[in-house]
Amino acid sequence: MKCDFADSLLQGYFDGELTAAGAAEFERHLQHCVHCTVELVGLDLLSGRLQLAQLYEAAPAWLRKKIRADLRPVAPTTAKPQPLLWHWLAAAAALLVLAIAGWRMSPVLGTDDYQVELAEEIVDAHVHSLQPGQLTGISSNDEQTVNGWFKGKLTFALPVRDFANDGFALQGGRLDVVEGRTVAVLVYARHEHLIDVFIWPTREPEKSARVGERQGYQWVAWQKGKMEFCAVSDAASAELEQLHRLIAG
Amino acid sequence: MNDLDAEDRLRFEQLVVPHVDAAFNLARWLLRRREDAEEVAQEALLRACRFFRGFHGGDARAWLLQIVRNTCYSWLEKNRPRELMVEFNEELHLQTCPTPETIAIAGDDRERLTRALEMLPPRFREILVLRELEGCSYKEIAAITSIPIGTVMSSLSRARRQLYSALVNSPRKEAVREM
Repeated sequence: MKCDFADSLLQGYFDGELTAAGAAEFERHLQHCVHCTVELVGLDLLSGRLQLAQLYEAAPAWLRKKIRADLRPVAPTTAKPQPLLWHWLAAAAALLVLAIAGWRMSPVLGTDDYQVELAEEIVDAHVHSLQPGQLTGISSNDEQTVNGWFKGKLTFALPVRDFANDGFALQGGRLDVVEGRTVAVLVYARHEHLIDVFIWPTREPEKSARVGERQGYQWVAWQKGKMEFCAVSDAASAELEQLHRLIAG
Repeated sequence: MNDLDAEDRLRFEQLVVPHVDAAFNLARWLLRRREDAEEVAQEALLRACRFFRGFHGGDARAWLLQIVRNTCYSWLEKNRPRELMVEFNEELHLQTCPTPETIAIAGDDRERLTRALEMLPPRFREILVLRELEGCSYKEIAAITSIPIGTVMSSLSRARRQLYSALVNSPRKEAVREM
């Protein structure tokens, strides 16, 4: 009763997987095989039913979002200006005791590669900080207040200056960790953008500014007066350089 | 997922991320539960990311689904090993409690088809899902499931017949022991 072709060729024919010659041969067979004809109709009905029932289950939106976020830890969309609502957590105490480690050059990478890697880590730190509740700090536009907050937390003197008159309003500051070292961060607002300026001591000779871009964020890094600076923002590169000139004097 | 450099990340996003639905759908049907599929699809994507440097072009969907499938089977081995051993088990099928929403959204037939599909052994279920829901070619199915194309054809035939009898017969009398 059962046809020998039913198992393989019939499936292949139904799924359009036979060669033209194979399909033609099967069609000749179909003309006098009731069994295969009935099976074919049955396959068609079953397949139609499966399609109609809409059994396909798409991934939930959050899953797709999460995969994208994991993939791009620095998605430019997270760079919305946010009020500096610092969360005063006990974590601040832990940060206080972190001493500032000496500046070590990586023996493997050239200076420029290393600089770029470092800047990229700083960009990531900047983006991370834009998420509320990530880091503690001081929210103030007053130079003295911000300076006072940093006193005792740093082993170096920090040049805290407000450039509101030039369009870069001081928003506050915080401590962050880059490459395992505690660094100071001053936060400025420029129009709709927040600019983080990462500052730490260095033994490197003075160097003029280098600029770069990472996933929609601009960075400008320079060394001056035994200090290293790296400004990061989603603001235009020219604006960062303007702030660099103001800070570097 | 940070081991990829910027260029690879972009490639991954362009080639692999569009197939997240396919990944989830396969995981959902292999594991029969959305929550588990969410977890395992996520893990599979992470693995895909880790292995991405080894992907040198070709069919990205088949490549991803192969990883999803392997991740699903490892997960089943660890969490529900019985499912891989028994070919047909009513208990297993009864464990899946469809939520009120899925019943409401689903028509009667959707519910019946879902139950019938979930009663099939995983290896027949996956081949039907890949062919009927995902629209994979035999060649792709062969690549994803690591079986020869000839076997794809005969497995499809048996899987379809099993699904058909699962639909026609009452589940209680049904005993599909063909594998």
